Amino acid sequence: MLAKRIIPCLDVDAGRVVKGVKFVDIRDAGDPVEVARRYNEEGADEITFLDITASSDDRDTIVRVVEQVASEVFIPLTVGGGIRSADDIRRMLNAGADKVAINTAAVFNPEFVKQATERFGSQCIVVAIDAKQVSREGEPLKWEIFTHGGRKPTGLDAIEWAKRMSDYGTGEILLTSMDRDGTKIGFDNALTRTIVDAVPIPVIASGGVGNLQHLVDGVKQGGADAVLAASIFHFAEYTVGEAKQFMQDQDVEVRL
Amino acid sequence: MTQRITVIDYAMGNLRSVAKAVEHVAAEDDEVLVSDDPKLILDSDRVVFPGQGAARDCMAAISDHHLNRAILDAAQSKPFLGICMGQQVLLNFSEENNGTRLLGLFDGNVHRFPGGVAPDGEALKIPHMGWNQVYQGYEHPLWHGIEQDSRFYFVHSYYVDPVQQNLVAATTDYGVSFASAIATRNLFAVQFHPEKSADAGLQLLQNFVHWKV
Repeated sequence: MLAKRIIPCLDVDAGRVVKGVKFVDIRDAGDPVEVARRYNEEGADEITFLDITASSDDRDTIVRVVEQVASEVFIPLTVGGGIRSADDIRRMLNAGADKVAINTAAVFNPEFVKQATERFGSQCIVVAIDAKQVSREGEPLKWEIFTHGGRKPTGLDAIEWAKRMSDYGTGEILLTSMDRDGTKIGFDNALTRTIVDAVPIPVIASGGVGNLQHLVDGVKQGGADAVLAASIFHFAEYTVGEAKQFMQDQDVEVRL
Repeated sequence: MTQRITVIDYAMGNLRSVAKAVEHVAAEDDEVLVSDDPKLILDSDRVVFPGQGAARDCMAAISDHHLNRAILDAAQSKPFLGICMGQQVLLNFSEENNGTRLLGLFDGNVHRFPGGVAPDGEALKIPHMGWNQVYQGYEHPLWHGIEQDSRFYFVHSYYVDPVQQNLVAATTDYGVSFASAIATRNLFAVQFHPEKSADAGLQLLQNFVHWKV
């Protein structure tokens, strides 16, 4: 049976891992290659790099990071952040990325996703969706797509958007709850379940993981195919291996 | 002893990852080439034949690069490792793209997964993407050091169904039980991506680099 995937996510700024990685025994916690190597050794099923570099001068740095990681870490690698053109995609794939995550560019130019899946194949195109609950208490649940780190509403309904992106051929959806991101109170499992039920493609749950039970809940309640987490692994609260063991003990199929 | 291992390049898929993974497990003085030159391919000691993308595009690219003959010759004469589409195109015919004629080295067709829901209630999404178990049908040098039912990384919507069942070296369940590996005296071809399958994948590649046929 197909295993549920655990995906550590690294924020990379100008070639350095940010948000503090606290492994005790690696020399340079800011080096994406060292951190990726460690996650691989712990049993990560994939690794996602989110390039948050603001300056366009430093944008080439992520390409070199991907090249280095891909030369020694042999699991699927996804790169997101600033993917706006077919050239951006080609550069990342040539550098050794297996998938790219498209976020803002999809919102501003949905056809870009269609063109990208036709040209590069569905298997390497992930659409990242940042959703925020907009229904009030007592109303039927409703989520809207936001950009710019959850600051700018787009007027797009999350379910309609996910369906459209799936129809355009995207291979996976990386679904982040902007209400839960950084809160450590768990995924928005109602959001995950709603999107999982709406599209035929895999959904990666993201945003809000604070403990290992949250990962299990994301799979069992949310129905996610994969769970993505950053801080619980970065601060060495838990290893990826511990997370997988915990999930297996709760009858979630994982690769151990 | 130094040897030359050639990764066939026909502009379909992530060859860099395959080449890097082979370099990672090869001996220091082994030469790992990425090439579309039929002569270089046939002069190699070992050949790796990767591939991604749609069946029709793959067949067109093989033809554009004048590689049909070289691939078929290598697949029958020297240690040969097919990966993903590099496994599928060895059969007769694929259902993909409204039907695509393939290289026809082995009798049998390539079918699309049925999808639907597994007995445990899990949706069988297409593509089959992620880590699934590979059941080794029999002992083979390429399984050396790899535990029975180990997980490998898959990304595909179609699977091979060879007529000759004795070609099947491993099976995997995804709604159907399909041939995740096929083998002959000198050929091993897998649906999964050993170059993306962490330790188990690297072990398989290392076994291939040392395989004495």
